[in-house]
Amino acid sequence: MTIELEGVGHRFGDRRVLRDVDLRLDEERVGVIGSNGSGKSTFARLLNGLLVPTEGRVRVDGLDTRKQGKAVRRRVGFVFQDPDVQIVMPTVAEDLAFGLKHHGVARDEIDRRVADTLAAYGLAEFRDHPAHLLSGGQKQLLAIAAVLVLEPEHVVFDEPTTLLDLRNRRRIGRLIHDLPQQVVVVSHDLELLAGFDRVVLFEGGRVVADGPAEQTIAAYLAMHPPL
Amino acid sequence: MLSLYHDARSPVHALPAGAKLLTLFAVGTGLFFVRSLPGLGITLAVVVALYAVARVPWRTAWGQLRPVLPFTALILVAQLVLTDWRTAVLVGVRILVLVLLANLVTLTTRTSAMITAIEVALGPLRPLGVRPERVGLLVALTIRFIPVIKEQADQVRAAQKARGVERSFAFLTPLLIKTLRLADGLGEALDARGLDAEPPRRRS
Ligand SMILES: Nc1ncnc2c1ncn2[C@@H]1O[C@H](COP(=O)(O)OP(=O)(O)OP(=O)(O)O)[C@@H](O)[C@H]1O
Ligand SMILES: [Mg+2]
Repeated sequence: MTIELEGVGHRFGDRRVLRDVDLRLDEERVGVIGSNGSGKSTFARLLNGLLVPTEGRVRVDGLDTRKQGKAVRRRVGFVFQDPDVQIVMPTVAEDLAFGLKHHGVARDEIDRRVADTLAAYGLAEFRDHPAHLLSGGQKQLLAIAAVLVLEPEHVVFDEPTTLLDLRNRRRIGRLIHDLPQQVVVVSHDLELLAGFDRVVLFEGGRVVADGPAEQTIAAYLAMHPPL
Repeated sequence: MLSLYHDARSPVHALPAGAKLLTLFAVGTGLFFVRSLPGLGITLAVVVALYAVARVPWRTAWGQLRPVLPFTALILVAQLVLTDWRTAVLVGVRILVLVLLANLVTLTTRTSAMITAIEVALGPLRPLGVRPERVGLLVALTIRFIPVIKEQADQVRAAQKARGVERSFAFLTPLLIKTLRLADGLGEALDARGLDAEPPRRRS
């Protein structure tokens, strides 16, 4: 259960967005914080091979994202900020079945896993509901469930609670907290990351602080003192 | 008419999606050979009876039918002016039967079943380079994203109204940008869910 980055840097064109990132993540709960544009989302996308680094390499459980991208994406689930782009099928149950179908899972196994997941995340009553009629919180819940139904070993979240109200933020927070997998959560919601084993702070594309949640969050707050 | 599947247990629901689509296709073609009013009347009655068999509530059926009534009325009037009342009624009832039947298929078939049927039907075209799963995915994505794009259009229009722009095509530019961004995000989300046929794209 390890994600390793060795000498990782990333450029978009001639714009250098990440540099000199060397990290070995084997904690269960890893948080990522930093200012807008500091490279957090780019970093997150490197973890499941959505992006391959322009320098260095990223390995997930020993698999290189550059050479074994597909295998890596199977191991690493990814939840985006906006559930609207993540839900790809018209109804709740169909969306849950979608990934399983494309992974070649057998029909009755799909039905069973979809039913279990609907029940586990309180979505059973929305089974045949059109996805666009769900509330924001329910949509994000569905987006997360659609990733978890594939049973990944690691889950990366890029600002999963940004668009949610307090109640749903807490609900998603609790869900993330209870996951058995290794999770990496990028967030501006510092409350969500409190108690995490490790939090990494990015600034200008570099890691500038790294340690237990309280310590890194304190460093971040100190960098941006209130008026 | 978008994915308003109505869940119920009925013989109509139980029919395979492919059979329903084929029937719809056959009736759609066959209708043009029915030229007698009583014949069409009977067809209409049969379709209405099928709604009862499928246990679709009348309110739902009506809600699905209503949006097309103005168009049907328009065509009816045009036919009245251009031809005679008999032809006009024939054309009007034909449209009604077809729409009712198409709605019945939508109401009693899950999108996923429909898509599987389309994929199966396109299977023989595989040697010609057609990728049935891709066509199926395209259909699913279209059904899924029409309401999302409509919502975005509403948002852009509301934002412009708030700034005093009442009627203008200016909303097209921000809508296009939003839609492109949506497409980008969607492509990424599909990648993340393991749908990559291509090597990972470098976003640039
Ligand atoms: N596809 C792209 N092409 C070019 N530049 C990009 C691309 N994606 C991100 N960038 C740039 O890379 C830098 C880091 O972006 P990134 O999205 O990783 O930041 P972030 O820390 O996630 O910010 P935020 O907190 O706003 O989400 C930004 O300057 C951004 O403009
Ligand atoms: Mg970001």
